[in-house]
Amino acid sequence: MKPAAFDYVRPSTVAEALDALRGTPGARVLAGGQTLGPMLNLRLAQPALLVDITRIPELAAVTEEADGVTIGATVTHAAIEDRRSPDPTGGFLARVARGIGYRAVRTRGTIGGSLAHADPSADWLACLTALRAEVAIAGSGGRRRVPIAGFVRGAMETELAPGELVIGVRIPRLPRGARFGFHKICRKAGEFADAIGVVIADPDGSCVCVSAGATTNPPLMMKTVSRRFELGQGASRSVPSPVAPETRTRNVGEGQGGGDSQASRLGVPPTPNPSPQGGGESGRALDARVLLAAAGFAGDTYDLALHAAALERAFNEAFAP
Amino acid sequence: MAAFHREGAGEGSGPVHQGIGARLLRKEDDRFMRGRGEYVGDIRVPGMQEAAFLRSPLAHARIEAIRIPPALRDHVFVAQDLQGVAPIRADTSLPGFKSSVQPVLATGKVRHVGEPIALCVAPTRAEAEDLAAEIDVDFEPLPVVHDMLQGRTPGAPLVHEHWGDNLFLTTTADVAFEAVREAVTAGTAVSVTRELRTSRQAMCPLEGRGVVASWSSRLGQLVVWSSTQQPHIVRTGLAECLGLDEGAIRVVAPDVGGGFGYKGILLPEEIALSWATRRLGRPLRWLEDRRESLLNANCREHHYLITVYADTQGRLLAIDCEATVDSGAYSAYPFSACLEAGQIGSILPGLYDFPHYRCRTFSVATNKPPILPYRGVARTGVCFALEVTLDALARKLGIEPTQLRFKSLVRPEQMPFDNIAGRHFDSGDYPEALRRAVAAIGLEEIRARQRKGEADGRRIGVGFAMYTEQGGHGTSVYAAWGIPFVPGYEQCQARFTPDGALELRIGAHSHGQGMETTLSQVAHSILGVSHDRIRLVHGDTAETPYSTGTWGSRSMIMSGGAVATACEMLADRVLAIGAGLLQARREDVGIEGGWVVGPSGRIAVGEVARTWYRRPQDLPTNVNPAGLELTAGYKAKRDTGTFSYAAHAAAVAVDTATGEVEILDYVVVEDGGVLVNPMIVDGQIIGGTAQGIGTALYEEVAFDAQGQPLASTLSDYLLPGPAEVPEVRIVHMETPSPYTRFGQKGIGEGGSIAPPAAIANAINDALKGLGAELLVSPITPRRILEAIARADAPVIPDGAMLAEGGQRSDPGPREAGSDSLPEVPDSLAPGPAGRGSASGMTGGEGA
Repeated sequence: MKPAAFDYVRPSTVAEALDALRGTPGARVLAGGQTLGPMLNLRLAQPALLVDITRIPELAAVTEEADGVTIGATVTHAAIEDRRSPDPTGGFLARVARGIGYRAVRTRGTIGGSLAHADPSADWLACLTALRAEVAIAGSGGRRRVPIAGFVRGAMETELAPGELVIGVRIPRLPRGARFGFHKICRKAGEFADAIGVVIADPDGSCVCVSAGATTNPPLMMKTVSRRFELGQGASRSVPSPVAPETRTRNVGEGQGGGDSQASRLGVPPTPNPSPQGGGESGRALDARVLLAAAGFAGDTYDLALHAAALERAFNEAFAP
Repeated sequence: MAAFHREGAGEGSGPVHQGIGARLLRKEDDRFMRGRGEYVGDIRVPGMQEAAFLRSPLAHARIEAIRIPPALRDHVFVAQDLQGVAPIRADTSLPGFKSSVQPVLATGKVRHVGEPIALCVAPTRAEAEDLAAEIDVDFEPLPVVHDMLQGRTPGAPLVHEHWGDNLFLTTTADVAFEAVREAVTAGTAVSVTRELRTSRQAMCPLEGRGVVASWSSRLGQLVVWSSTQQPHIVRTGLAECLGLDEGAIRVVAPDVGGGFGYKGILLPEEIALSWATRRLGRPLRWLEDRRESLLNANCREHHYLITVYADTQGRLLAIDCEATVDSGAYSAYPFSACLEAGQIGSILPGLYDFPHYRCRTFSVATNKPPILPYRGVARTGVCFALEVTLDALARKLGIEPTQLRFKSLVRPEQMPFDNIAGRHFDSGDYPEALRRAVAAIGLEEIRARQRKGEADGRRIGVGFAMYTEQGGHGTSVYAAWGIPFVPGYEQCQARFTPDGALELRIGAHSHGQGMETTLSQVAHSILGVSHDRIRLVHGDTAETPYSTGTWGSRSMIMSGGAVATACEMLADRVLAIGAGLLQARREDVGIEGGWVVGPSGRIAVGEVARTWYRRPQDLPTNVNPAGLELTAGYKAKRDTGTFSYAAHAAAVAVDTATGEVEILDYVVVEDGGVLVNPMIVDGQIIGGTAQGIGTALYEEVAFDAQGQPLASTLSDYLLPGPAEVPEVRIVHMETPSPYTRFGQKGIGEGGSIAPPAAIANAINDALKGLGAELLVSPITPRRILEAIARADAPVIPDGAMLAEGGQRSDPGPREAGSDSLPEVPDSLAPGPAGRGSASGMTGGEGA
């Protein structure tokens, strides 16, 4: 299959890009093209105009602030994987980037493109939700920032209005001593996930968990409090081998804590009876299936098994000794 | 012929060994590894335009009207435009075969999603697709045959109405089967019954199909560049459909990026382009894209209900099987809709010696693309059905699956051996292959490790599977099937050029087999000409002798034999001339290392050629005027084929929480007879094994109840990649075939045959403590978790068989060792639903 005819522009500023989008109804933004390219070839997308944003310097920039980092929309997965840009998470972003697709995909695919496409089984969507990141959006009415959890409405559905453009993502710094775990279950190396579990734990043990994957729903965010292995204790398994031990778990470096208001704003129920005690047998073993059910997980028993396993393993990874 | 011997690698201090048996680097890799291969997609003909096809979006529908905007009428062609073009027919002479008529462009109705309806021509492919989007077709949807068992059911919709049912062919093989009942009655027989399925797959050569068609008014000839492994057969098929003399057609197969069987098929697209290039007076090109390829290149879909009987010691007594093949809508040219089922009955006995046998096969027409032969052809499904069931029997008997096999494998002292289905095994030591596989995989160590358990909580298992691979089978076998071609003698045209180089022309085609290297090795062994002075010409009907092409693991046997014969005849003529030039008697000279050597001197073989062409005044007066150019033919001493064989062993770890499978170790013990180039054989085994792993764990084109394929891109159709294919450890055995030119056997397909069975057996071994069994390929994580969840589900009784029409009948033979036979549970009642979901094959044990 070859694409239907389209026009193509390559603006050099955000303003020009917005003008182009506004001027042609149905225009599509082209960044890395790793999803849009196949959609064009299959004629699933037949836009009259492609607006190539990869030569806009502002969108390729990474801006550091005291409490976070804003990554430009056209920064590639490979740039993050290679740690060519500042990482406010002490290595978590690079860890996730490394597992996206194949290297060839990562050298072209962009973080902004991934968020704008909003595939619920995409790696960035799940991990940036857990990090409580915000999407920076530009439109004719100006610029705004939207929490990711609010940005994604459903599978491939976002808050973006016609003529709007994702220009970056702001990621708060993780506090010192925070831990993270990430586990992806997919059929083969480089495929989209069947299930993703993400756990970000503050030093006090309060955790944000995200479960995502091949369902029609956006990522589920859950909160719990834990020390170690309380989640899925009965069914714990080893951390998967493809992950090099030194990158499995890291205490993150300098920085101040990010807010944790996003999860509660979602109305996600907190874990029942969170255990204030840490470690050993004292903690109450939580079942990821219970947690998922409480958060309204929708999927068949197979989906549930995979999502629960991914979450448990992310948890185990985060709290691995 | 003394000149023909297998040199030992590294023997002595002589020149580096480059003949038969050498691990010579592939000559063709110089261009392939530099990206300089020339494929159909690289062909540019002045004035060429591109074609796209409008394809059916429905699996079964009547075409009520096709509306083409008048402005496009000169660029769009439908069935009624193809005056004088005959449809594709691939009949067999097997009794009871029902013929299908496959139109080049859909006529009257469409019978599968993707069937070509209109040919659209434009300067670019994108514009041609624009044209296709402008065409409006009114369909009247018809009920769909989406599943082969549904298709067998009385009252099912009819794919070809005039047939009255959906059966291309049914076959029955029965060798004293009823006699097994005596053992059953006497209580000395044990049996297991299993229902298994291999899912429909798509072959995925790196390069899809492609055609460039052009008409030469000077030659009055249609020139077709096609990505095919059988150029001469394509020419025959085109001539029949277009009503042209074969001489008016030239088919060129340039570099071909993988065949695997798909490139052996005559496609409607080739015929449509060949017709349209004359009609339009300009060259045309169609390059299949991946989506079309996944739609077209369907294969592998089998269903088995199989019962295996053994005595209480585990020695096989009988196999009883009912096999169903989903043949799709049409009988594809040239191999027909019945190649698969036709082979099942003769392959099913495997490498085993047992006295009672029954096998019935059903080739069912469905509203899916035609099923096509894929590397391994029927053997992959048969190996899966038999070897997985044998492991179930071993578990029932409480013995090691390998021990069960040792009791019934044909023994080396029985060779050559005529098996119960009439297959003639030429040579080999089957038990030794299994012994070596057991040692190489470390069966005892794995059993010890299983007893200890895994620190990470996964379950590990080990599985074995064996097969024979009939290769190079010829005239008598294919004459019995009566498909559109029957292979006879294979030929090679060999000649020296005036500068003393050697040219070999063969009608087969090399597209990954490395024949530019291996056939050069054969010639080098005889004439001593250095490899850089040997050129293989293939893939062009204008330049090569007729051949049925490269298929069925035949080329090294047949083309290898033909090259050897031709080179020996050339050697004879070279020796005659050389003797004259050396002033020696003919019987006193011989060829050594590229020289004609006599009692008092020597002359280079190439110099003899130069003398023939450039200095005829120096030739002896009594020289043979036929010169140094000839055609020689070859057929094996027996044309029933060689039987290479192998034992595969897999060790796996299964994660019972997620259904993930990791292949920990994979061993192949293979006997391919004399190996012409062991490095190339290794490559064949590794590549085949990777494809077999795809069948085992990943590849599936599922269809919904409307006959819609659910995998149309490679994001839905999973192929194993580097991370999924382990390092395959290969152990070679070399038992020469007594029937071939230098003892070689066909090995091209073997790697892809056993992995589904070996991996399934390993997974079932890992899960045996849970009572879960996997009986459907590919074994996906979902199927594993479902099998574990279903582990205590009701069983079906041993001996239960499908009756005519796909309904399960009363169990046939009652197996001994059963206290009582349970009733067939309601959940297994006849009908498509009762047949279970695609993932829910069931099995049962009578005891």
